[in-house]
Order: sequence, then C-alpha cells, then structure tokens
Amino acid sequence: MKYIVCVKQVPDTSGKVAVKPDGTLDRASMATIINPDDKNAIEAALALKDQNGAEVIVVTMGPPPAEGMLREIMAMGADRAVLVSGREFGGSDTFATSQILAAAVNKIGVDEDDIVFCGRQAIDGDTAQVGPQIAEKLGIPQITYAADIKVEGKKVTVKRMLEDGYMTIETQTPCLITAIKELNEPRYMSIGGIFDCYSKPMEVYDFNTLKDDPLIELDTIGLKGSPTNIFASFTPPQKGAGEMLQGSDQEKVDTLVGKLLAKHII
Amino acid sequence: MDFNLTKEQELVRKALAEFTEAEVKPIAAETDRTSQYPKDTIDKLFRYGVMGMCVPKEFGGAGADDVAAAIAVEELSKQCASTGDIVATHNGLCCGPIINFGTPDQKKKYLSMLTSGKVGAFALTEPDAGSDASKGTTVAEDAGDHWVLNGSKIFITNGYVADIFVVFAMTDPSKGTRGISAFIVEKDFPGFSVGRHEVKMGLHGSPTAEIVFEDCIVPKENLLGQLGKGFKIAMNTLDGGRIGIAAQALGILEGAMNETIEFTKSRVQFGRPISKFQNTQFVIADMEVARNAAQLLTYSAASKKSEGKTFTKDAAMAKLFASEACMHFTTKAVQMHGGYGYTNDYPVERMMRDAKITEIYEGTSEIQRVVISGNVLGK
Repeated sequence: MKYIVCVKQVPDTSGKVAVKPDGTLDRASMATIINPDDKNAIEAALALKDQNGAEVIVVTMGPPPAEGMLREIMAMGADRAVLVSGREFGGSDTFATSQILAAAVNKIGVDEDDIVFCGRQAIDGDTAQVGPQIAEKLGIPQITYAADIKVEGKKVTVKRMLEDGYMTIETQTPCLITAIKELNEPRYMSIGGIFDCYSKPMEVYDFNTLKDDPLIELDTIGLKGSPTNIFASFTPPQKGAGEMLQGSDQEKVDTLVGKLLAKHII
Repeated sequence: MDFNLTKEQELVRKALAEFTEAEVKPIAAETDRTSQYPKDTIDKLFRYGVMGMCVPKEFGGAGADDVAAAIAVEELSKQCASTGDIVATHNGLCCGPIINFGTPDQKKKYLSMLTSGKVGAFALTEPDAGSDASKGTTVAEDAGDHWVLNGSKIFITNGYVADIFVVFAMTDPSKGTRGISAFIVEKDFPGFSVGRHEVKMGLHGSPTAEIVFEDCIVPKENLLGQLGKGFKIAMNTLDGGRIGIAAQALGILEGAMNETIEFTKSRVQFGRPISKFQNTQFVIADMEVARNAAQLLTYSAASKKSEGKTFTKDAAMAKLFASEACMHFTTKAVQMHGGYGYTNDYPVERMMRDAKITEIYEGTSEIQRVVISGNVLGK
C-alpha cells in the first residue's frame, strides 16, 4: 500500500516576490517554502500511514535544490522521495506539469490500494488544476477540496468542503485526493526524522527517465510546449481595508446608505 | 576549521523555530503569569523527539549531537526560557548521566521511559550544599537487597512533574566527595515525596521544588555508576548541563534582541523611529557582538563534547559569557523599551527576570570563574 504525495516548492509570499523578463517567477532569488495546501496533503498521507503502515512517497518537480524540501518532508515522516528535475521540464504550465508528474507517479506505480495526494492549489499559480489533471491522465477517480478522509480497505470516503456547503463522496482506491487547509494540522519535522532523512532513499527522474512514458507527449512539455503563455506578471495594488459597520440592523443600513449617497453611488 | 552547522543541525533549528513560533510564543506570557507548567507543550516535545533527543536510537532517542541539542534549547528559549529550562534539564541532567554512566539494563529501562513521556530531573543541591556540593547530607544506606535514602534536596528543576530523578547521596560520609554515589530514583518509590514548590523571580513555567526522602527504598540495581563515584558523575553531568544553560541564555538574549529591534524600529520619538538614534544603534551593535560570541562559545563547547574532547573549561566559558551577556542585554532591552519595557505588555521584562537565574544555577558565574581559572592557572 502506497500513498504518493505530489508537492511543490513555492516562493514564500511573505517575503520579496521577483519576476523574470519572460514573466515567470525568479525562484532563485526568493525564499521558498513547502506549498501550504501540500503540507495538508502530506499530513493526510502520514496520518493514514500512522494507522495502517502504508509507505509514503513524496514527489516534486523542480530544480535540484528542491531536494532540501524533500528531505524536510522525509523528516516529517515520508519514507522516500522522487525529484523530477530536468531542463526540458522548465517553464512548464499546469498542463505540461501534470503530464510530467503523472508520468512520474506512473513510474512509481499506482496499485489497487494506493492513493495519490495533492494540495488543492499552489500559492504561486493558484490554479488548482494540477491535481485534477494528474488524476485524469492516470485515469483514476479524483476528489477535490477534501476536509475529511476515511479509508476502510479499498473504500475511501471524503467530505468535500465547497463554498456553499459540504459534499460527502465515496470512491474506491486507487484515487487522487486534493487537500485543503481545513483537513488537518500538519505535523512538524521530528528530531528522529531529521537525523534519518539524509539516509532515506531519494531518486531523481530526469527527462530520459520519463520521456518514453506513454503519458508524456514530448511537444507539450516545458516552456515551449506549454499552451499557457504569460504576457506579464505584476503585484496587484493593495485593496483598502474594509470597514465593519456597528449598531442595530437599522443603524447599519442607514450608515451604509449615507456612505453610498456621499460617494454618489446611489 | 568549519563554523558551518550540519544539514541536520540546520533542520533542527528550522523545526524548533517553527514549533516555537506556533506552539510556544502564543502561551509564553500566560505561562509566566499563571506559573503553569506547560504540559501540552512538553508532551508535544516528547512526540517530536526533542525530549531525550540525544538518547541513542536503540533506546528510543534520535541520537542527536550536542550542538543540535543546544540549538533546540536556544530556539525554545527565544520565546520561553521556562520551556528551554525543562528541556535542558531533562536532556542534559537526567538523560545525560544515564547515557554516560548507566548499565545496559538501566539504559534500556530508563532511557526508553525518558523518550516516551516520562520527565527527568537531577537532584544534587541541598540547603547547606550549593556551590560546595560536597557537603550534602542526604545519605544512602546499604540495606542488603536495597538502598535506603534519607534527606532532602532543594531547587530541583522539574521537581514536581518529574517521574525519574538522578539523585546524589552519601554512601560513606567519612570519605568526603569519594563517599558520594548516584542513584536513579522513581517518584513512585516508597518514601519519596515532593516538598515545597518554589516561588521564583522568573522561570515561572519551570516547576522547581524540594524533594524529600524518608526511608526511601531504592532497588540495589539503581546505583548509577560505581559506588563512591557520584561526585565525579555530578561534575561531569554539570559540565554538559552548562552547555544547555549557555544555550538557554543565548536564546533569551536573542529573543530580547529581536523584540528590541522590532520595538525601536516602530517607536517614534522626536519625529523619527528611535532605531535612527545612535544610542539605539550602539546598543544593537553590542547585542549583536555578544550574541555571536555567546553562540560561538556555546556551539564550540557542544561540538567538543560531541567529539569526545575535554570540554569542562569550554562549557564554563560558554555558560559564564552567555549568561552575563543575557543579563546585561535583557536589562538593556527593557531600557530601550522605556516605560513599556517595565510593563508585562511586552515580553522583555519577563526575559530580564528569566535571565537572572542563568548566572546562578548549574554553577554560579563565580564558580565558572573558579573552573576557568583553575584550568588556566593549574592547581
């Protein structure tokens, strides 16, 4: 039984955000963190591992320094890691990335009892597309926005959290689940984990490792093969702080109408 | 010479910094105000393997090195010196001597307890035996198939929460320091009790108490190390413990420095942030020099300990310098905060109170000077 967790190293948006001339992020000049939703995906897999002893494998696509993040996740408790890294993969959009990650997951192998976990979305791109696209490419069911997960044998029951309520879905393994922050409280690295993580196995899948995988089409990976083109990146202006109106409903309505009249909106 | 931390040590810092920010910082002021032992935090530190981190893997620990252990205490102490103290005492003063002097059976039994939720303590000081630790009057009598302990110990860190104590008692009062032996005592042994809980100037979250032995029955196999070698075990353990206190003092100093930087950048007087005044800048500069020096001394002593080198003088220097810098600069930190610094709305007054003990326990500054000068001048 395996839980394969796809993770992304993202810029720490609490620090400086730098953009390269081609519109993509200048990741080298920014501090990086594990994408927050991905941490919830990791915790989901590790919590299930605590119950049933499954193997947890963490996968990321990124430049060689992403190894540091993978070691940290192994220090949290993951058993082994796969770093998908190659110049041919650079600049991939979500369509290209999901092909490459699906091929990597495919190479690891998805068996009957296995679950693939992803975070809902990354804080740099905010697309929430990669998880669902990996599931489509692998041909397995997907459940997004998981706020609760129960696994009993092959039966997987997930409570999805949507904007207007919850939805509970049942499916069978193998499947792919995307995690949201409400799912759990991610654990920290443990001291034992830290002193073990550099001796845990980490494989690197480069272009040659994956190029013959049936899930990869060579002309739709990397920056050139990505259907998405970025024309410009910019930091949006800060919105002004909102104002909470106080008082009874009648007073609040009166204040609101007064403010709208003053701005000639009504 | 390599001043870089290992990858593992860097990760220990990162893990403890994240833990401290999320778990320790939010409750540090309340822990101080209520004098509440931070049990939930300590339980989590067991779960993450910080409690007992230097215990070898075969006995349930992480087999961490001494620099990593110092970093853990340093990071915790940046926000809560009490938490740092509880961890330093457990790791350095209870796990330490059992790792170094325990029999295979003692290690198997007690180190696995000390890595799975049982808190440890170290009991040497008595009312009339502080710096002169050789004048203890707690006695252990050989009663055939067990030892009988009588006496009391004071100022015992973790005193009223600990499950396992490393206790020093006279087995042959006629032999002076060569008549002292060490024992592993469980709180449930008959005749063991906890006395007065101390009310202290600082370290309010760290549970300090008197412990009392009244015909306390200790199994024969709980003698730690050789008979009559207790004083040596105590001194060796305190050498290691001093690195923990140096790390604690360093952490408090860093915490106070971070608070001072933040405050002086935002506090405006005479039309500009007070960080723009040279008086502030010079204090920050001096703090940074002291922080670096304390850190280098602490890590250097820890590194020597891990390598199995002699580190007595190094630990004493680290503890002396870090604790005195800590006291000096937490006082400065309060001064830089002005009237706000004297209130408990800001953490620097707590840090200043917490700082003082680092100059006193596990060997006063004066004792450190005795140790250092003894090493330099010879006997």
